[in-house]
Amino acid sequence: MLTLKGIMMALEGELLTPGMELETECSQFFASDLMSDVLAFIPPGSILMTGLVNSHVVRTARLVEVKAIVLVLGKRPAPKVIDEARECQVPIIATGCPMFEACSRISGSLTE
Amino acid sequence: MTENNVFRQEFLVKGGDFLRAGNVSWEIRNLLREIGMPSSIVLRAAIATYEAELNIIMYAWEGKLHLSVMPGRIHILAEDSGPGIEDIELAMTEGYSTATLEMRELGFGAGMGLANIKKNTDAFVITSEVGRGTRLELTFLTNGQRP
Repeated sequence: MLTLKGIMMALEGELLTPGMELETECSQFFASDLMSDVLAFIPPGSILMTGLVNSHVVRTARLVEVKAIVLVLGKRPAPKVIDEARECQVPIIATGCPMFEACSRISGSLTE
Repeated sequence: MTENNVFRQEFLVKGGDFLRAGNVSWEIRNLLREIGMPSSIVLRAAIATYEAELNIIMYAWEGKLHLSVMPGRIHILAEDSGPGIEDIELAMTEGYSTATLEMRELGFGAGMGLANIKKNTDAFVITSEVGRGTRLELTFLTNGQRP
């Protein structure tokens, strides 16, 4: 089990939605750039890891009740996308790690 | 609940309106929560409705979602005027897609939509007429086990 704070530390990430709860515990992670696959396969309560930064990521994430979105490769969404995430209380963490490395670091932290 | 113990509401969805994509299904999801539907059913209904809404936006000229909540079930009818589906069996196949590059760049059009609607509903009926449009009927049972 990892908290959002633990995920941020593992990924040297930055919280793009300040003020949100970081002690939320997470044990399921789902990595995809295909929102169609997210809608079809993500377990509720997961962390969504993606390289996609448009508003549909937030809209998909809120609908499938993710605990947070992790954006990889140093990608930054437009301010309106961050505002949308803040409105629906979905934290966004940005990391410079590529997807494989981000998944690997999370996996390592989960088994520590 | 309103007249005859049925709650009904209608929502308009415009084809090609990617800016508002997801708004109708989010509104329906919030309505179902406010009415007090079980969270697991709300989740399935929200996912299936989002897929239906996206299908109208991606493929049709315009459409409507009709929500009806009655004792024991939620019924959502998604009907559009659009090009219709020539081969429904093929369209239901996971991975089959006629999505454009624009849709794929947004993260959609992987060919999971109709199959995902079926997976999340307790009953699903699809009918379509080429050149006229498509009609999806989604039913969610709220009074017990899934069939």
